[in-house]
Amino acid sequence: MKNTGLWIRTAIIIAITLAGTYLVFGPRRVPTAADFTWAGIKNNLSENINLGLDLKGGSHLVMRVRTDEYLKALTENNAQAALTAAQDAKLPVTANSTVAENGNYSVSLTLSDPSQAQAVVDEVKKKVDFSQWGDPNISGGTITWSLPNQAQNVMKDQAVEQALKIIESRINAFGVKEPTLQRQGSKTSGQILLQMPGVDDPERVKKLIGAESHLMLMKVAEGSYDFPTKEAAIASLGGTIPPTRKVLPLTERDENANTTPQNQPPTRWMVLEYPPIVDGSELRDASAYSRTGSQSDYQISFSLKPAGAQKFGEWTGKNIGKYLAIVLNDEVKSAPVIKGQIFDQGTIEGRFTKTSAEDLALTLKSGALPAKIDYQEERTVGPSLGADSIRAGVEASVGGLALVILFMLFYYRGSGVNAVVALVLNMILTVAALIVIKSTLTLPGIAGLILGIGMAVDSNVLIFERIREELRLGISIPESIHIGFDRAFVTIIDTHITTIISSLILYMNGSGPIRGFAVTLILGLLINLFTAVFVSRTIFNWELSLRPNMKHLSI
Amino acid sequence: MFNLFQNIHIDWLGKRRIFIGISITIMLAGLVSAIGRQAMPGGTDAFNEGVDFKGGTVVTAKFRQRPADDDLRAALNNAGIGDPVIQASLDKTDEVLIKIPLLETESESQTQTEQQHQEQVQQGRGLVKKALDTFGKEAEGDNTLDNAPDTAYKIVGTDSVGAIAGSQLRNQAVTATLLGCVGILLFIAFRYDWTYAAGAVLAVFHDVLMVLSFFSIFQWEVNLTVIAAVLTIVGFSVNDSIVIFDRVRENLPNNRTDTLFKITNDSINQTLSRTVITAGLVLLSVLSLVLFGGEVLRSFSLALLVGLTLGCYSTVAIASPIAIWWQGKLGAAKAKEVASTVGGATKMASASRRSVTRRPVTR
Repeated sequence: MKNTGLWIRTAIIIAITLAGTYLVFGPRRVPTAADFTWAGIKNNLSENINLGLDLKGGSHLVMRVRTDEYLKALTENNAQAALTAAQDAKLPVTANSTVAENGNYSVSLTLSDPSQAQAVVDEVKKKVDFSQWGDPNISGGTITWSLPNQAQNVMKDQAVEQALKIIESRINAFGVKEPTLQRQGSKTSGQILLQMPGVDDPERVKKLIGAESHLMLMKVAEGSYDFPTKEAAIASLGGTIPPTRKVLPLTERDENANTTPQNQPPTRWMVLEYPPIVDGSELRDASAYSRTGSQSDYQISFSLKPAGAQKFGEWTGKNIGKYLAIVLNDEVKSAPVIKGQIFDQGTIEGRFTKTSAEDLALTLKSGALPAKIDYQEERTVGPSLGADSIRAGVEASVGGLALVILFMLFYYRGSGVNAVVALVLNMILTVAALIVIKSTLTLPGIAGLILGIGMAVDSNVLIFERIREELRLGISIPESIHIGFDRAFVTIIDTHITTIISSLILYMNGSGPIRGFAVTLILGLLINLFTAVFVSRTIFNWELSLRPNMKHLSI
Repeated sequence: MFNLFQNIHIDWLGKRRIFIGISITIMLAGLVSAIGRQAMPGGTDAFNEGVDFKGGTVVTAKFRQRPADDDLRAALNNAGIGDPVIQASLDKTDEVLIKIPLLETESESQTQTEQQHQEQVQQGRGLVKKALDTFGKEAEGDNTLDNAPDTAYKIVGTDSVGAIAGSQLRNQAVTATLLGCVGILLFIAFRYDWTYAAGAVLAVFHDVLMVLSFFSIFQWEVNLTVIAAVLTIVGFSVNDSIVIFDRVRENLPNNRTDTLFKITNDSINQTLSRTVITAGLVLLSVLSLVLFGGEVLRSFSLALLVGLTLGCYSTVAIASPIAIWWQGKLGAAKAKEVASTVGGATKMASASRRSVTRRPVTR
């Protein structure tokens, strides 16, 4: 049969059209009769396309970073560090105390010999960062550093900015598409407003955002790795825990609720040396993996940044045969014996579920929040562009498109049908492609779609105008169509490749809205090469093959 | 068959000085507007930035009978709030979030004190209250909608919000677009010629700067959607330039005796029907968006309307003349070089084969 090629082309087109149409309008389950009604189709369409915050709305969360706790922790750490620094230098400092309430933050050191005060101040200055705290106040046997209001505000502001960045990296890593994050309230209120488009499991996202994942690699104090109770461990230290030690439980937590209770009691207690060898800020990467391939047996492997790895490698090299504790959120996850020098790789053991291991890896990677986060307000909001304006926008666009179609049919007659088929198919397939890659459609994405459709119209116009030109020169109809497509194809390829190149660059260098634009545009253009050239040409070829002796081409 | 624009012989390039003059005038006006507004004490900023970029005040209002978004927007506009963002609360259907941009007199800065901050919030609240009072009285103070039956609404929350799209996103958009232009430059240079690449990219800059000029002069609101519009304009502008360049490239080998000047003019005229139809159709859709697409999308649709029109204009007025002008420089150099050696004709032919266009330009 002489039309074999044509039939194959047609089959390809029909297959792709059906697949695309189903992806856009069909349900993701076995279709029922209801799916073929107007309401069913509309329902499927809105379920298939993920619309962004600006078009559909989503969750509105106001959270507050506990900046007071941040400053409190900072004060206590500084007090501890100051005491250690002074005592290490054999200076006569007997005790430290802190004030951390009602907007007053201060650190005091008590001296047994007041004449040494200046020496203590100088020594502490070398080891502890009191640069924001102003000059210490020395009176009798006490040295006091107070944090001025101005500095408090600056530090709170920094803490919120840091939290904002960490939250952003967490929700992005989780795959929430195009959220908006902004500061709310005054600089010192510590409030953050997060709006995100509908996610399947908002509770999980909330937990993830607020998760405190603090990893420490610590040395187990000599011979102190096996106490039955906390009391026994403390007793071994002489009744009180010195600042250079921590007493923590070893908890082999099994997260699979169906096999064992969620929280097993700690199996034993350990005394660990503080400060840790390296902590979570030195993490370079963390990822969840299953050791046995079972869904319920996940662990987290991590690697350290070069500086941390250097420290860790040095330490493990010197301490072969000793115990190392891997501590997560103040629980020892495992305490292996060091068998050889380790530089930058490690594992957090335990039997985590896939979800919790992944969330944990993600929060570890994003870094620790500077302070706890409270949720203050939660609501579901409508589209930020406003439901009314979206309706108006959709109506206006549909109207505009209808005008375009009418003009194509009027101006290009029979061939106009060609263009309209190509155009409609282009839109369906672009949306289908967006669904396949699970992209979230926002207004910038629609702008990309508009440009894509504009260039699709342009491709058709280029081809038709070219065919007309050839016809005017007196060339035969089949030859004109042939030349028209061939010549216009060169132009179309050049315009499309240029735009695809620049969109790829936008995609690589942009985020959020810029990416949304680039993605829809790239998809639209790739599909247009198929619809405007391949599909449209196939229709012309059918026309030629059905009416071989046609005297007049409707164009 | 209908045929628009057949056998047109307009001397487009001959009018290049007029075109470039118009463009420069508008851009200068934009520059003057931007600098003037920025420099004027107490005046407005260079651009009328929306909540997205500037932050502002968010007011949560609870209604007895929630008005339609359109009515709310109209009331807010009447109270002098140009570009509010109105977001419905879907789980509490009687509540609505109203975001208004930072008021002009104050500016968000590191040194802003708590007191100034409160004043700003209160000022915003006052404006929104003025607008909402057109729907009925507010249940003020401790009153609620339940115990004060003659009231219509209550402002249940007021707070300031920061920018969604801070300077970071803006800088990112600018950087990404500039890098995109480098990509365009390289590809056109590879497929056509450096001179054409320069013309097309300068035309892109021209279009974007012109759109920004319009936004500054008329103080249209700049929000996130405008970034999307500008990206679209860049794409369309390049598309249009390439269509004409492609025709020039095609015509060159067929018209060896013609000057580049004439060939370019011919190419513009030959593709004129396509230019007019495509541009007309695209503008038709965008115009329908401007007219019927509603208040919120106005910035977006206006940017597209102006930008896409300019995209076609700049191909003729900017891209082609620049390509030709540079070709002229190169062509003159080439001619001199060729004349000083022997066998000028063959050299010319090979030169024009190697690069699409190396030939003398007259006029």
